[in-house]
Amino acid sequence: MTTLLNVKDLRAYYGQVQALHGLSFSLSEGSLTTLLGANGAGKTTTLRAICNMVRSTGGIEFDGKPLNNRSTESIVRFGIAHVPQGRGTFTTMTVEENLQLGAITRKDSAGIISDIERMYAHFPVLKQRHTQQAGTLSGGEQQMLAVARALMLRPRLMLLDEPSFGLAPLVVRDLFGILGKINREDKVSILVVEQNAQLALELADQAYVIETGRIVMSGNAKDIANNEEIRKSYLGY
Amino acid sequence: MELFTNQVLAGIATGAIYACMALAVVMIYQAIDHLNFAQGEMAMFSTFISWQLMQWGIPYWAAFVITLALSFVGGIAIERILFKPLAKAPVLTNVAGFIALFAIINSSAGLIWDFTIKQYPTPFGSSPFLGSQLISTHQAGMIGVTVLLLLGLYFFFQYTKIGLAMRAAASVPESARLVGINTSWMIALGWGMASAIGAIAGMLIAPVVFLEPNMMGGVLIYGFAAAVLGGLTSPFGAVVGGFLVGVFENLAGTYIPGVGNELKLPIALALIISVLVVKPAGLFGRQIVKRV
Repeated sequence: MTTLLNVKDLRAYYGQVQALHGLSFSLSEGSLTTLLGANGAGKTTTLRAICNMVRSTGGIEFDGKPLNNRSTESIVRFGIAHVPQGRGTFTTMTVEENLQLGAITRKDSAGIISDIERMYAHFPVLKQRHTQQAGTLSGGEQQMLAVARALMLRPRLMLLDEPSFGLAPLVVRDLFGILGKINREDKVSILVVEQNAQLALELADQAYVIETGRIVMSGNAKDIANNEEIRKSYLGY
Repeated sequence: MELFTNQVLAGIATGAIYACMALAVVMIYQAIDHLNFAQGEMAMFSTFISWQLMQWGIPYWAAFVITLALSFVGGIAIERILFKPLAKAPVLTNVAGFIALFAIINSSAGLIWDFTIKQYPTPFGSSPFLGSQLISTHQAGMIGVTVLLLLGLYFFFQYTKIGLAMRAAASVPESARLVGINTSWMIALGWGMASAIGAIAGMLIAPVVFLEPNMMGGVLIYGFAAAVLGGLTSPFGAVVGGFLVGVFENLAGTYIPGVGNELKLPIALALIISVLVVKPAGLFGRQIVKRV
């Protein structure tokens, strides 16, 4: 499999504070990769660094092209959709407008219309609420909307930051089921950051474990899930 | 009764201008979270440009359109040159920027066109509208142009892609960038549009207040009152606020003894203060809650 995203010696800073200390990993085309780690390990920072939302040094290559020093809005045009922590919903706008915004860089209006219908098929609850203000949706519905908004880009790579955060366990199962389906059927590569390691490992095929801004473990998701030592010392279950 | 109707209609006509100014102020406030104190001066300068064009023999409506285009470009230029570099600066730095802009535009207008009061033409004439003594054709024209402008803006923001992008950039800038919207240019575009809207207000009110560098001072204060009344976060509220302030101003001037024409302006200021005390979010504004 070809490498889609290659991150090399990534260092990120918030003011004077260094949050990532030379992190390297790669993601192959079509895979579903997860970044695991405790609070403050640098998972969110890694995703933000990929989209240039935090000052960083090191190499980030997407499909062989360097992403460094490009603005956040231009990185989207490579086909990278980022679902930020807290979902980033446009709360004062309608559900349908949120979906249209996901496709705002696309020019094919016919394709956009059919994609909105496709999202409604994926997430029927969004269709029921399409004229409603997005801020009135429940947390789970907003997460569905955030994923749907990202898919409206027809991304090659989707970055998901803690999609399970604040959701009921049943809703999380649902959501992860849909993510797996999107990965398999729509051939969207996914990089998901999670605190819920157990669930993420069930879903992913590749996993990296981060601790204080460094990769401490990497490998096949199944192997990591089966390795009791790693589970106990890093993943806490 | 005829006096009352007359005052209400005249109030709606000037209210249309306040609505435009309030809308311009709100558009910039939505984009950068600051009140543009120089909005009136920008409008005044635009009006002078249109006057100059007409002095050179260009017909009214051609001058009107050229002025809109120049104001739009000028608004973008002001944002790029002065306020983009100040984007992360503290509030007071921005306020100083607005005051500087105010002073620069006001003095340049005086330097170029001097401070004498000039007549400004109206394309609508000033005969009674439809034979009625209640309202003049110019006042009807002010209302008509404003209504067209508002409908156009509504259509633009609701049904065009770029309008959608501008709304998104103003409401959640970070998410807007993550879907690929160049928020920085959306802010510049907002400045351009606000500048052009102000130009329309200036050109419509100039036949009434006459053309001179300080012509928009009072108008802008009423515009601020309108924006605060309607809610600084609500373009719709700003428009409603504009019409309400226009009518209120006229009725107060006519019926409250001792107010007359001279004390109308303090009424606008009193209105600003009362709204801020009683209902800070305005009639249609969102309550903004911030974690500190």
